Amino acid sequence: MAVRHFVAYGEDVSIISTHALTRTFGPVVAVSNLTVELPTGVVGLVGANGAGKSTLIKILLGLIPPTSGTASILGFDCLTDGLKIREVVGYMPESDCLPLDVSATEFLVHMARMSGLPSHVARERAADTLRHVGLYEERYRPIGGYSTGMKQRVKLAQALVHDPQLVFLDEPTNGLDPAGRDEMLGLIARISGDFGISVVVTSHLLGELERIADHLVVIEAGVLSRSTSTADATQLSGAMLVEVTDRADDVVARLRRKGANVAIGSRAGTFAVELTDEAVPQWIVAVVADLKVGLIRLQRRRHHLSEIFESEAVTSQEEAAHV
Amino acid sequence: MSSAPARGGVTSGGVTTESVIHDIGFRHYDGPRLGRGWAFRSLLIETLRGCYGLGRPSKVKAMPWVLTGLIIAPALIIVAITVVTGGTTLPLSYTQYAGGMWLLIAMFVAGRAPYAISRDLRDGVMPLYLSRPILRRDYVLAKFCGVALGVFLYITAPIVVLLVGALLAKFPVWHELWAALGGVAMAAVLALLLTALSMLLASITLRKGLGVAAIMTTLVLASGFANIAVAILGLKFSEGSAAYAAMLDPFALVDGLGASWLGVAPLNAGVKPDGLTGGLVFSFVFVAIVAASLALLMRRFKKVGGV
Repeated sequence: MAVRHFVAYGEDVSIISTHALTRTFGPVVAVSNLTVELPTGVVGLVGANGAGKSTLIKILLGLIPPTSGTASILGFDCLTDGLKIREVVGYMPESDCLPLDVSATEFLVHMARMSGLPSHVARERAADTLRHVGLYEERYRPIGGYSTGMKQRVKLAQALVHDPQLVFLDEPTNGLDPAGRDEMLGLIARISGDFGISVVVTSHLLGELERIADHLVVIEAGVLSRSTSTADATQLSGAMLVEVTDRADDVVARLRRKGANVAIGSRAGTFAVELTDEAVPQWIVAVVADLKVGLIRLQRRRHHLSEIFESEAVTSQEEAAHV
Repeated sequence: MSSAPARGGVTSGGVTTESVIHDIGFRHYDGPRLGRGWAFRSLLIETLRGCYGLGRPSKVKAMPWVLTGLIIAPALIIVAITVVTGGTTLPLSYTQYAGGMWLLIAMFVAGRAPYAISRDLRDGVMPLYLSRPILRRDYVLAKFCGVALGVFLYITAPIVVLLVGALLAKFPVWHELWAALGGVAMAAVLALLLTALSMLLASITLRKGLGVAAIMTTLVLASGFANIAVAILGLKFSEGSAAYAAMLDPFALVDGLGASWLGVAPLNAGVKPDGLTGGLVFSFVFVAIVAASLALLMRRFKKVGGV
């Protein structure tokens, strides 16, 4: 059995890199002067509809040329090596894209051949891949009778069937119910973790990408808004959730005097302190000890990235308004 | 599926080692990737299979196979009668058979071309093909060749039956083989022409039903117009000049090409082109129609797939 030597996931290994990438459609600028390096692992590509995510993917797949700038993926030039790129990259489009009157097995075998796999390998891998995405007996029935969740799995499977080194998943959770969404996110995490295939996944919902992405790229109106590893983004943000036995008001008052930003919780004796300073946990412990109250809970709560980005978006809009 | 563990079991020299892997996990592929040519071939074969409903539900299979039965049946009857009565020639020649069965062939191509194209357009499958190591024109050309091959096989099948019958009836072998080859050549020309026209029509009409109707209407009207035009013009001008009107109908055009280049008797005597000039004009029109249809087809697919 062939075992791929995994490249260590990290910021220093870039799998996609673009330099001053720009693409216009007539007067519309879809991607503007985008310079970004994306590492292996799961990269979340976030942006509202029409922010330029799909255009970026099509440039990277070598399907449309950039108006200016350069892009490379897995060491291949996107402008000239499109065929080579598409041999080792998978793509799951956002839209409906499955033929309805063939079975998932039949379709997967065909798609594997289209990617250049010999027939016997195509048959073997089609069965394997469908099993991995969680399609069993139903794979012999025509796709037309599948549920939305099953169709999404087939779409995912066709992107993986030729064992790519990288897959682009365009809005894979679209149209799924909460349970289906969780399953899909779990699958995506497995693609990177267990299968060793790098993933670029787009979504307009930051919250769900935060759960699985190692690295986040935010695009607004074709312009790179930020590109950070998820670890960086959560490091200096977040809050300490505190619960004390009594005299919560006094504890809060003292902390506020020290300059801490405190939010009072709905339950008695609980409040949250924003981690504005590395010393905040020590302040809390000191105050609690000083007042001789019992400390029930001192828990770091990860601030939701979506909140961080939302607040930033608001600030930048305000700044723009003031200029 | 009790044999599942055995799949991951490692055997060496017929001895299964003690460790049995129950979940083999995701397996990677390090073998050759066969690239663009293989992908083209795969799409062509898949399209051809689709023409006859192979790998599709039975309701998709029904139409092409009923039509296949219908076009072969007359050939079988001809063969049976010839063998039994000890005839010396086939009542309908290899080159005339397609023209005689034109309505069946039209029905076949009218069903198959939209099936090959409209389905992908309607279900939005194009982006998946574009994300494969092929070019956009490879897709169009592979689809075209797949359908053309399907139509060619459809027209050729009864010719093969006729040939087998002729050999059973002890007709001179080389003469029959040569004549049948002419029929096969004309089948290829006819398949190209019909596929080009009907794929173009199918690509314009997004809905499959509409495509079928558009192709049938076009072929039936073309045949009708061509027959009437040949007849009317034949009264005023020479027969050779009137034959040019036959180019309106794909079946008559191919009939004329056969008469001109192979020297075989056309099904409709009125469509024999006028000498070398006539043959060249017929050939030019044939090439022009196929080339123009393909070019328009390529253009039609230029924007498909959201790119």
